[in-house]
Amino acid sequence: MTTRSIRTTAATSARTAVAAFAAMLLGSFLLYGVGFAQPQQIHDAAHDARHSFAFPCH
Amino acid sequence: MDLIRRLFTAALVAGVLSGTAASVVQQTTTVPLILEAEKYEVVTPPPASATANTAASTAAPAGHEHAAPVRQLGEGVPESDGEAFQRLWTTVVSNVIAGVGYALVIAGVMLLMGQRVDARRGLLWGIGGFVAFSLAPSVGLPPELPGMAGADLAARQIWWLAAALCAGGGMLAVAFAKNRLVIGAAVVLAALPHLVGAPHPESPEGAFPPELAAHFVTSALGTAALFWALLGAVCGAMMGRVIDTAHDEP
Repeated sequence: MTTRSIRTTAATSARTAVAAFAAMLLGSFLLYGVGFAQPQQIHDAAHDARHSFAFPCH
Repeated sequence: MDLIRRLFTAALVAGVLSGTAASVVQQTTTVPLILEAEKYEVVTPPPASATANTAASTAAPAGHEHAAPVRQLGEGVPESDGEAFQRLWTTVVSNVIAGVGYALVIAGVMLLMGQRVDARRGLLWGIGGFVAFSLAPSVGLPPELPGMAGADLAARQIWWLAAALCAGGGMLAVAFAKNRLVIGAAVVLAALPHLVGAPHPESPEGAFPPELAAHFVTSALGTAALFWALLGAVCGAMMGRVIDTAHDEP
């Protein structure tokens, strides 16, 4: 394995990790909104979904 | 950027499909039970308290014209078509957002692990997601109906999250770690929230019949299992090529 191919492999895995963590971060943010956020309007809108997905709701 | 775009597209498709499917199934499984339970939710306290408790336990309908109602319908019970429609679409949107959120998390972890996936292996990932995010939290905190007594909400949310993350992390380590010590530690990690114990209320009873609560638990878990199976399979099918190219690209 040459230095260049090691560098490109590292760059590829770094880019992969950034993409993966970006997806997980955005996913967690969406789940926080649907499952955990407490403002009344969000709670009311997501109410039946929260109960059906077994999130603690009330 | 191309990788992120394809990753997000895969999660979006999987999330929208599974969230929509869950919405359809929920309308016949969990939602009717939620509406039924809300009939037992007391919004305003009864004026005469002495007879209220016995009336509540026999679940008599509060429809006598001469007596004050023992309880009123919960505020969430749709009282008009417009209200029912609004409740339906906000639930569908919430389900789709939950689907996309879970799909983003699963697709991200799939990419991090870098193992080849397809629809069949994706189904295994879906089962893992079900165990982590539905079954493990439900062992300590069974799916609740409106009106059920619960411990402090923040404490339950923290325990729910701990149970889900420990189970998910534990399963990933068991599936992908090569070191036996790590696998052993992962099993302990998954069990830890259950050894600590979920927060429970001092008096756990709700006003509705226990059969309703039991039926709701099986309905919620069954619906979640379908949701996760679909989410995992679609994620696997769509992430296969993304993962292959992500690790080949210069």
